[in-house]
Amino acid sequence: MNGPLHLDLLRQLLPEAVLVVSALAVLLLDLRVFGRRALSERMANSGTCAAVGLLASWGVLGMGAVPVETLAGAFRPLPGTQFLKGVLLLLSLATVVFAMPGRFTRHAGEFFALLLIATAGMMLLIGTDNLLMLFVALELVSLTLYVLTALHEERPGATEAALKYFLFGGIAAALTLFGMSLLYGLTGSVQLSVIGSRLAALPREPLLWIALVMTLSGLAFKIAVAPFHLWAPDVYQGAPTPAAALVASGSKVAGFVLLLRVLHVGFGANTAGSAGRIPWSPGWIPWIAVLSTLSMVAGNLTALRQTDLRRLLAYSAIAQGGYGLLGLMDPRPESGAAVLYFAVTYAITALGAFGVVAAMEAAGEEPTLPGLAGLGRRSPVLAACLSVFVLSMAGIPPLAGFFGKFFVFVRAISSEPQSGRLWILSVAVGTSAVALYYYLQIVRHALLLPAATPAPALRVAPLTLFALLLLAGATLVLGFLPGLLLNPLQ
Amino acid sequence: MLAFPLYLCFASALGLLLWRRTASRLPHWITLATCGLGLLLTVTAVIQRTPGAEVVTLVRLPWIPTWGAEFHLAADGLSASLLVLTGIASVGGVLFSWNVQDRPGEFFSLYLTLIGAVYGVFLSWDLLLFFVFYELAIIPKYLLIARWGSTRRDYAAMKLALYSFLGSAAVLVGIVALYATSGLNTLDLSALARHSFPPSTQAWAFPVLFAGFAILAGLWPLHTWAPTGHVAAPTAASMLLAGVIMKLGAYGCLRIALPLLPEGARESRFVFGVLAVAGIVWGALVALRQRDFKFVIGYSSVSHMGFVILGLAMATPLALSGAVLQMISHGIIAGLLFAVVGRMVYDRTHTRDLEELGAHRLGKTLPFAAVTFVLAGFASMGVPGFSGFIAELQILLGTWPVSGRLVAVAGFGILLGAAYVLRAVHLGFFRGDDSPPLEALAPPAPITVPEVLGSGLLLVSTVGLGLFPGFVLDWIQPALAGPFFDGLRRVMVP
Amino acid sequence: MTDLPMLTLMTLTPLIGVVVLMVLPASLARASRPITLGISLLTLLEGVFLAHQFRTEGGQLQFIERAPWIPSVGAEYFVGVDGLNLLLILLTTLLIPFAIATSPFPSERPRLYFALILALETGLLGNFTALNFVHWFLYWELGLIPAYFLIKFWGGPGRRTAALQFFLFTFAGSVALLLAFQALFLATGTMDFPNLAALARDGSLSSGLSRAFAWTGLNPTRLASILFLGTFAGLAVKIPLVPFHTWLPDTYAEAPTSVTLLLTGALSKMGVYGILRILIPIFPAETRTMLSPILVGVVVSIVFPTLVALAQTDLKRILAYSSINHLGYCLLGIFVALDPVPQGPQWANERAAALNGAVLQMFNHGINAALLFALVGILEQRTGGRRQLEDFGGLRARAPILAGMLGTAVFASLGLPGLSGFIGEFLIFKGAFPLAPGAAALALPGLMMTAVFLLTLLHRVLNGPVNPARQEFQDLSRRECLVLAPMLALLVLPGILPQLLLRWTNPSVVAFVAGLAP
Repeated sequence: MNGPLHLDLLRQLLPEAVLVVSALAVLLLDLRVFGRRALSERMANSGTCAAVGLLASWGVLGMGAVPVETLAGAFRPLPGTQFLKGVLLLLSLATVVFAMPGRFTRHAGEFFALLLIATAGMMLLIGTDNLLMLFVALELVSLTLYVLTALHEERPGATEAALKYFLFGGIAAALTLFGMSLLYGLTGSVQLSVIGSRLAALPREPLLWIALVMTLSGLAFKIAVAPFHLWAPDVYQGAPTPAAALVASGSKVAGFVLLLRVLHVGFGANTAGSAGRIPWSPGWIPWIAVLSTLSMVAGNLTALRQTDLRRLLAYSAIAQGGYGLLGLMDPRPESGAAVLYFAVTYAITALGAFGVVAAMEAAGEEPTLPGLAGLGRRSPVLAACLSVFVLSMAGIPPLAGFFGKFFVFVRAISSEPQSGRLWILSVAVGTSAVALYYYLQIVRHALLLPAATPAPALRVAPLTLFALLLLAGATLVLGFLPGLLLNPLQ
Repeated sequence: MLAFPLYLCFASALGLLLWRRTASRLPHWITLATCGLGLLLTVTAVIQRTPGAEVVTLVRLPWIPTWGAEFHLAADGLSASLLVLTGIASVGGVLFSWNVQDRPGEFFSLYLTLIGAVYGVFLSWDLLLFFVFYELAIIPKYLLIARWGSTRRDYAAMKLALYSFLGSAAVLVGIVALYATSGLNTLDLSALARHSFPPSTQAWAFPVLFAGFAILAGLWPLHTWAPTGHVAAPTAASMLLAGVIMKLGAYGCLRIALPLLPEGARESRFVFGVLAVAGIVWGALVALRQRDFKFVIGYSSVSHMGFVILGLAMATPLALSGAVLQMISHGIIAGLLFAVVGRMVYDRTHTRDLEELGAHRLGKTLPFAAVTFVLAGFASMGVPGFSGFIAELQILLGTWPVSGRLVAVAGFGILLGAAYVLRAVHLGFFRGDDSPPLEALAPPAPITVPEVLGSGLLLVSTVGLGLFPGFVLDWIQPALAGPFFDGLRRVMVP
Repeated sequence: MTDLPMLTLMTLTPLIGVVVLMVLPASLARASRPITLGISLLTLLEGVFLAHQFRTEGGQLQFIERAPWIPSVGAEYFVGVDGLNLLLILLTTLLIPFAIATSPFPSERPRLYFALILALETGLLGNFTALNFVHWFLYWELGLIPAYFLIKFWGGPGRRTAALQFFLFTFAGSVALLLAFQALFLATGTMDFPNLAALARDGSLSSGLSRAFAWTGLNPTRLASILFLGTFAGLAVKIPLVPFHTWLPDTYAEAPTSVTLLLTGALSKMGVYGILRILIPIFPAETRTMLSPILVGVVVSIVFPTLVALAQTDLKRILAYSSINHLGYCLLGIFVALDPVPQGPQWANERAAALNGAVLQMFNHGINAALLFALVGILEQRTGGRRQLEDFGGLRARAPILAGMLGTAVFASLGLPGLSGFIGEFLIFKGAFPLAPGAAALALPGLMMTAVFLLTLLHRVLNGPVNPARQEFQDLSRRECLVLAPMLALLVLPGILPQLLLRWTNPSVVAFVAGLAP
C-alpha cells in the first residue's frame, strides 16, 4: 500500500465518493437547515440536493478515470461499466425527481440520503471482480433498500413488506455467502476472473454444483425471479413508490450485471451445461432455464389477475426478470450487450411506469386499474407516457422493450446446436402474448375508459412530467436506434 | 418515391396527434391529402418504372450493425402491387370516415399510423424491420376498435390484439430461429433467401412461421378474431382490417416463410391446404347463418382469405400469382362491402340486424347503396369480369396439381359464396319491397359525395382489375419468377 | 368483310344503353323504354349487317378478333362467327327489342329494368361469339345475373325463391364448368375452343390429361369422362335437360313474361350452343361413349314434359314444359349426329341433316316461344295477371286477331308443315331415324303429345262459350299488331323458304360433321 495507490483508488471511486458525501450533506442539511419547514419544502430541498449530488457524480464519472488494477480486482470494471454507472445515476436521478412531490415520509433527508447510498452501492456492485467486495456492495444496496421500503408512514403494509424483504434478503445473503465460500474453497481465489480460469481445470464435483446452486439462488432472490420472488409484490406495493421504482430499475440493472459477471466470468462456459434436448447436462444454464421459465409463467399468469397497479407491475417485473435470464443462457461474450440492453431498457420503462404511479399518488389518486379510467382526459401526457412504458414492456415495436426481447430471445437459442432450446423460446414468446392482455388492460383503462365520476384535470409536478417525457422519449429513441445503447455496452 | 408515402403517413399521424383541435374537418382533409398523395406517388412511381423481378432498393442505411439489421426499404413487383392496393384502400377508408365527429384528430392519427405500418411492411427488406412494422399495426387497430368501435368493442378489440400478437409471437419464434441458425449475422431478406436452411430446421420453422403469419390472414381455425374484430371496428378500420391488414399476414407468408423455407413449405403444403379449404367452406357456411349484416361480410372475408392461404400453401407460381391477385382483389372488395354495410347502412339506420333491415326498404330508399353492394357482392362471389374471378381461377389452377379434392371442395365454397351473398342482398336491401313504408322510420339521409367517390374508386378498381388483370399480373408474375423465389421454384416445380 | 371489330362493337353496343340509363335522371324515367328500344334496334341493325356480310361458302369462322389477355390462365380475347352461331346472334338481336316492345312498362325501377335487359343482351351476344373459355364464361355469368334480378324484382309472388333457385342451379353448373376447364387448361395450356378441339382430335388432349393428372392414378379415359360430365352438367342445367330441369317451371312461371320470353327464347340456347361448340368438339369420344344414357335423358326431356304439361292449367307453365320438350328435339338432333354405330361416309348427310335441324330448331323455337310468351303476356295484361286455362274461353269471338296469332304460333310450335317449327323437327327426325332409330321412335310420342296439350290449350282459350269475365276483352291494338307482326313473319318465312337459313348454317354444319368423323 502506498500513496499513488490510494490516489488511484480515489480517482477510481470518485463518483461513488461524491455520492456518499452528498448523502451526508443531504442528511446534515435536512437536519440543520430545512428541518423546521413544511414537509413538501423539505422533500423538495433535500431532493434538489440529492439531484445535485447525482449530477455531480455523473459529471465526475464523465471525466473518465482510467480503470486500474487495484486490491485484487476489487474495482475492475468490465467494458461498458462506466457507461452503466452513468445509466444508474440517471435512473436514480429520475427516482429522486419522482420522489420530490411525494409526502409519504417525514424523514425527507434520510430518504434521499439512503437513495444516494443505494446508488453508490449499485455502482460499486457492478464495478467489482472481487467476491468480497461484491458481497459488501450487495449488502449495502440491500440494507438501504430494506430501510427505504419501510419508510412509508401511511401504508400499513410498508413495515410488513420491509420485514419480509429483509428476511428473504437475509436468507439470500446467507446462501450467496455460503456459495461464495465454497467457491473460494474450491479455487483458492476471490477474484472472479481467476475463479473462472481455475474452475475450468477442476473436475466436476458435487461441491461445485452446490456452490453454483447456492450462489445462483441467492442472486435470484435479489432480482426477484421465481420461485424466489415472493417478497417482490409486497415490497412493490408497500414501499414508497419511488423506492419501489429504484428496486425495479436500478437494482435490477445492477443485479443483471452481477449475474452476468458471476456466471460468464466466474463460472464460465465450462460449467455452463446445456438445457437443450433431453438429456440436459448439469451446469448453470439448466438452472437459469428453470428459473427463467418459472418466472415467465408465474409472473405473467399471476399478473393477469391484478388490479392494483403496483402489484401488477411487480408481477410484470418478475416475468421480465425471466426474459432477462434468457439472454444469460449464451455464455459467449456477445450476449452481455443483449442482456444489458434488455435490463436497461426495462429499467427505464419500469421507472417510468412507477413515475406515473407516483405522480398519481402525489395528486391523491389511487393507482389501481379502475382508478386509471379517465386518465386520458385528465392528463393526456401521463396517460400517453404510461402507455408507452407498458407497451414497451409488452414488447411492441418500435419501442425499446421489443428490441430488448428480440436480442435476448436470439441469445437464448443461438448457443445451443440445432435450436435445442426452442422450447424455452416458445415459452417466452407464448407468455409474452399472454402478457399483452394485462398490458393492454392498462392502456385501455388509461386511454379509453371514461372516469366513473367526472374528475378534474390531474395536477402533476412539471419536473415529474419532464422526467417522464424524457423516459418515454428514451424508450422511443432507443427503439428506433438501439445502437445508441448497444454500442457502449459491447 | 415509393418510400415517400411511408414517411408522409407517419409525419401526418404525428402532426394530427399533437394538434388536438376537434370539431373541424381539417383532420379529414389532411388525412385525405396524405392518403391521396401516397396513392398518387405510389402509382406514379410504379408506372414510371414498371416493377418486376428486380428488387429496387429505395433506402439502405445501417441500423444495428452488430446485429446485421439495416433500415432497408426495397420493392419488387409484389410489393408494388400491394402498395397500390394500400393506397387505394386508404383513400377509400378516409372517404368513408368523412362523418367521424368524435375526436377526428386522434382517429385519423391512428388511422395514418396503421397505414404507415402497412406501407412499411410491404417495403421492408430487412427481417427485423419487417417485424417492427408488422407489429406496429397491432396497437393502432386495438385503439381504433376499442375507442371508436361498436358492438362488443372491448371484447373484440382485445381478442383481435391477442390473436394478432399470438400470431406475431409465432412469427418471432421463427424469425429468431432463422436469424440464429443461419449464422450469417444478417437480417437481409435476399441474403437469407439465398441461404439454404437445413431440412430439419425447415421442417419445424416453416409451419411455425407460416401459421403465425396466417393467423393474421384468417387461417381456420384461428380465424375467429376476424369477424368479431371487423364487426366491432369503425367503418374505416373494418375496411383497412379486412382490406389490408389481413394481407399483411399473407404477405409475410409470401415474402418470408415461403422463399426462405421452401422445403418446409413442400412438406406441409397439404396440411395448410386442408386448413385453407376448411376456412373457405366454414367461413361461407357461417356467413350463410348470420343475422348481423357485418358478420356476413366478416365471415366472407375468412372464406376469401382461405383462397389466399390456399394459393400460398400450394406455392406453385400460378397459385402464388393468384394469391397475390386475390389479396388485392379482396382488399378492394371487402373494403367496399364494409363501406356499404358500415357507413352507408349502419350509420343511417343504426341497425345491422338482417331481420330488421327489411323494414327500412333500403333497395328503394338507398338505391345507390343497394347497387354498390350488389356489384361488390358479385365481385365477391367470383363472377368473371370482376377481379376475384381471375384470382380464384389462378389459385384453383395452381392447386390442381397438388390435390384435385381440395379444388373440388373449394369449388363448393364458391357456390356457398353465391348463396350467402344473395341472401345478404335480399335480406339487407330488398326484403321489404312488398311491404308498405313504415311511418315511424324516417327516410335515411342521402348518400354523400365522399361516399360516392369512395365507392366509385373501389368499384372502378375491382372492375378494372377484373377486365385487365394483366396490368397487375405483369408486376406480380415477373417478381415470382425472379431470383428471390429461385429456391421456392426449384423445390415446388419438379 | 370489313376491318371493323364488328362482333365486339355489337356486343358492347347494349352497354352504351346501360350507361345512359344509369345516369338518366328519375324524372326522365319514361324515356327509358324508347332509349332501350333504340339501342336494341341499333344492335339488331348490326346483327343484320353482320349476316349480310357473312360469307356463306366454306363454313369457316369469320369476323375473327384475337388479342392476348391474360396469358397465365390461357385467357385470350377470341371471337368469331360461323354458321353455328350466326342464327343465334340474329335471334338475340331480334328478341331483345321484341321483349322490350312487348313488355308492360314496369311500375317500379323502370330504368333498372331496361338496363338489365340490355346487360342481358350483352351477355348473350358475348357468349354466342366467344371462342375462349374465360370470356365465354364471363358472358355466361353476365347473362345469369341480369336474369336473376329481372326475376327477383319484377316477377310474380314466388319470385324470390324462383330467382334464387334459378341462380343457384345455374351457378352450380358454372362452378362445375369452371373446374372442368381448369383441368383442361392444366392438361393443354390453352382455353381456346378451336385449339382444344384440335388437340382432342389429334389425341394430345388425352395424353396431356394423363400427364397432368398422373397423381390421381386414373387412366386418361376415365379422367376425360369426369371432365366431360362436369362440362355436360354445367351446360345441361342451363338448357335444361332432364333431370337438371327442376328450376325451370317455377322460374318461367314467376318471371315477368317478357323475361320468360328471353329466358326460353335466348338464354336456354346458351346451353345448347355450348354443347355444340364446346362439349362435342372437345369431348367427341366421351360423348360417343356416353351417348346411350344421354339419349335416354334427351328422350325423357322430350316425352316427360309433355305429360306434365297435360296436367297443368297455368299457361306459362304449359309453355315452360313445352320449351323443355322443344329443346329436347335440338339435343336429339345434335346427339344423334354423333351416333357411332352406323359407320361410313354415306351417313354424313343424315348427320348434317340432324344438325342443321337442331340449329334451325334453336332459331325457330326462339322466335316461336317468344311469340307465344308475348301473347300470354298480352293475355295477362288484359286480365290483370290471370293466366289459368279456366280464366279464358271463347276468345276467338272477342279477339279474332289475337286468336289468329295464337293459333299460328301454336301450330308452328307443334310442327305444322309450312310453318317454321316443322322444318327443324323434320330435319332432326330425318337424320335421327336412320342414325338412331330407337331414340327417334321413342321421341315420336312426344311429338304427338305436344300436339295434344297445345291443341287443348288452344281450344280452352279460344273456343267454347265466352268466359263471362272476358266479355269486354279487347283485341290486339294496332301497335301490338305492329310489334307482333315481324315475329309472325319469321314463323312463316323459314317454313316456306328454309333455304334462307340453311344456306348460312349448312356449310358450317358440313364442316362440323367432317371434323367429327371418328
